[in-house]
Amino acid sequence: MADRMETGPVTHGNAGKWIWISVSGLSLIILPFVLEKGISQYYLFLAANILAWALFALSFNLVLGYGGMMSFGHAAFFGVGAYTCALLLVKASCPLILAFLAAPFAAACVGLVIGYLSVRIKGVFYFAVITLCFAQLVYILVFKWRSFTFGDDGIQGIPVPAFISTDESYIHYYFFALIIVLICAFVLWRIVRSPFGMILRSLKENPERAAFVGVNVEHYRLIAFVISAFFSGIAGVLYALLQTSISPDILFWTVSGDVILMGLLGGMTLFLGPALGAAIMVLLNSFVTSYTEYWGLCLGITLILIVLFFPRGIGGIMVERYQTWKKRKEG
Amino acid sequence: MSLDPSMLLVQFISGLTTAMVLFLLASGLTLVFGVMNVINFAHGAFYMLGAYLAFTMTQLLSGSLGFWAALLIAPTVVCVVGGIVEVGLLRRIYGKEHLLQILLTYALIFIFNDLIKMIWGVNLRMVNMPASLRGFVTFLGSRFPVYYFFILGVGTAVAVLLWLLLKKTQFGKLLRASAEHRDMVGLLGYNVSTVFTLVFMMATWLGGLAGAVIAPTVRISMGMGMEIIIECFIVVIIGGLGNVLGALLGALLAGEIYAFGILLLPNFAMAFLFALAAVVIIFRPYGLLGKPAQGMS
Amino acid sequence: MEILEIKGLTKSFGGVMAVAGVDLLVREGDIHSIIGPNGAGKSTLFNLISGYFPCDKGKVLFKGEDITGFSTQKRVKMGMGRSFQVTNIFPKLTVFENIQAVILYAKGKGLTLFSDARKMVREDTEKILEMVGLKNKLEEPAGILAAGDRKRLELGIVLATRPDLLLLDEPTCGMSPVETSNTIELIRKIAEERSLTVLFTEHKMDMVFSIASRITVLNFGAIIAAGEPDEIRCDEKVKQIYFGEDRCSLK
Repeated sequence: MADRMETGPVTHGNAGKWIWISVSGLSLIILPFVLEKGISQYYLFLAANILAWALFALSFNLVLGYGGMMSFGHAAFFGVGAYTCALLLVKASCPLILAFLAAPFAAACVGLVIGYLSVRIKGVFYFAVITLCFAQLVYILVFKWRSFTFGDDGIQGIPVPAFISTDESYIHYYFFALIIVLICAFVLWRIVRSPFGMILRSLKENPERAAFVGVNVEHYRLIAFVISAFFSGIAGVLYALLQTSISPDILFWTVSGDVILMGLLGGMTLFLGPALGAAIMVLLNSFVTSYTEYWGLCLGITLILIVLFFPRGIGGIMVERYQTWKKRKEG
Repeated sequence: MSLDPSMLLVQFISGLTTAMVLFLLASGLTLVFGVMNVINFAHGAFYMLGAYLAFTMTQLLSGSLGFWAALLIAPTVVCVVGGIVEVGLLRRIYGKEHLLQILLTYALIFIFNDLIKMIWGVNLRMVNMPASLRGFVTFLGSRFPVYYFFILGVGTAVAVLLWLLLKKTQFGKLLRASAEHRDMVGLLGYNVSTVFTLVFMMATWLGGLAGAVIAPTVRISMGMGMEIIIECFIVVIIGGLGNVLGALLGALLAGEIYAFGILLLPNFAMAFLFALAAVVIIFRPYGLLGKPAQGMS
Repeated sequence: MEILEIKGLTKSFGGVMAVAGVDLLVREGDIHSIIGPNGAGKSTLFNLISGYFPCDKGKVLFKGEDITGFSTQKRVKMGMGRSFQVTNIFPKLTVFENIQAVILYAKGKGLTLFSDARKMVREDTEKILEMVGLKNKLEEPAGILAAGDRKRLELGIVLATRPDLLLLDEPTCGMSPVETSNTIELIRKIAEERSLTVLFTEHKMDMVFSIASRITVLNFGAIIAAGEPDEIRCDEKVKQIYFGEDRCSLK
């Protein structure tokens, strides 16, 4: 991407930062009530859906935006997270807390294996194709191993505990997901601003130079990959708990494509860009599919327009505008 | 499960036919990468288009005539579509980041899928085999569908033509040189845009042909493009991106492993392919015949 | 004490012998220059010493240890720093971050996941930036620096790895005469202050002769002369290469 990664707060100084945080925080808390009373449950469902995908997109961006690795196989981690949680809840009647904790670790293990085999590959295309193939392997395993995963019947009626049950309203689930997503996003934020994050960014810029200052490039990439897989797994859990039924479709490689598109739409140079992209994608999907069955055509054309004319995404454009405005004010 | 030699022979030939179709597709994909440094994620869509066009031809012209016309016309139409795509879209992204190039061809998949849905609808389509190619033939003590040998024939003919093109013609030499050194085309004074368009059209022609050839043996559906592209990718991973011989080698390996994989673990035959790809990557990260230089970002 | 010793280093690329059985000795504290016409194998030699390519034959000993099979990263950790002829920096990180990242790594903080990197090692970073004369451009993305400043940043990056041996590949390439003499002074000063050994390749003869304590001359991948600057100045073979005449005219 043409821009530097924004890891500092985009606003001026401390006052600006706190205003920004309080306003967004307040909106996120008030939103569900507004949606539920004022509009409809469906929009609250969308908001909850956005939360899960936003976390997925944010974790994925660690690998793409910050690590410079175009992984086309992240659906594997999302799906393994969802399936691990669902299987534990359905087959082993595990308490939610255990299933919730096991899922990201399972996803991280898969991330370790796939990552280990992939990070040695230099070359964007090779890497994309290889990660895609490994993820498809996971898809096929889940699809065909009917005795274990129920195959393409999927898993229906996941027993979601009462406190986040979505039977009557999505509001309890929304706050549950909100808390989880905010915690995870905060952790990712700290990681991105840490020395590890800085070195990861330097690897992305110039892996040769990084090697010449002693950095074991593959090592760092693998660690970023595993962390990303971990949080993608949590996103998968959130998805499973929201939908209460999942199928192998969530492991299909187009899901990996979807999360890349969210990053592109929202802007990969901004930390929260992918979250914005997730919101846009979910809303756009909902809007378009209510009018036409040709969502693919719509998505494809949008994507081409973005690639050709707005490669930095909506978030990138916003940052640009803000910086021009700031310079004009100062100058 | 008995290891009946005649069944093994049937599987072997079946594997060869799969390999031929994969080769038709993978060779185009790998050539485009070698010369133009672009991975066409939508390659499977051209294959699917070829199959659907074959269906339409057999609807327009009844009987065997429809099929033979399809073999001629479908790849040509696909090739023209490929040319339009290259000139209209791909040209705009050549200098850009690889990420954007990948996403552009990825977007094409969706557009193609929906356009095909619009034109042909979502129902499964079938193409009837021409009378001359139906039935079975006995060879070395086993019965094979005649069509297998047709596919083998077409595949071999194309492979030979491709070999002649690459080794004996000026254009072919240019393509090979270009795969070694990215800037060769421009440096030697050729018009880069024209060469790129020709290569892309060639690749899509091969893809359309593969679709037309396979049409009588499968149910033509919307998911075709998505499924085949994965197998295609595995073939080029095994063989090495940019190397046509590698594509042939990869296709043969993939075809045979799949054919025999079905005998061992019918449900997980695909998994063998992935296992092979994984093994190749561990020992030769750039494919059996590939080189890292061209794959660099 | 020899800090670097090379024995019979050989490397060929597809039939072309780039480095042909080179022996080299660099003593601690030397400012040792490798000169030779274009294509003599200087850069390849550097790539071999720093571990970028494996050699076909020969040995490399660093601080007495045989490092022939070691990876680049390991050599860097042992104290070998390398700069590139074409500047190799992190263009989208700021000037400050370029150095900061390297120092963080060199101090073993690379795997710290939860501290704010911006607040760490600031003093050390400032010291290095001051040393290479880049105090004023800290918050700019490094990609927009002018060529001369890029070279300084490049030098800064190498220094940040706290090397004992500096391998500088044409450090004044593309610089004006004024910048060149400033850079020479800088290198000499740094080498003195930090007790570093410097091994560098160069084309500019006056620069070489003003700073080097030992010179090695390379041609077609082989050493044709080695010794003190005065010896080299009047060496017949060297004059042949550079001037094709037998006059003691090297300044």
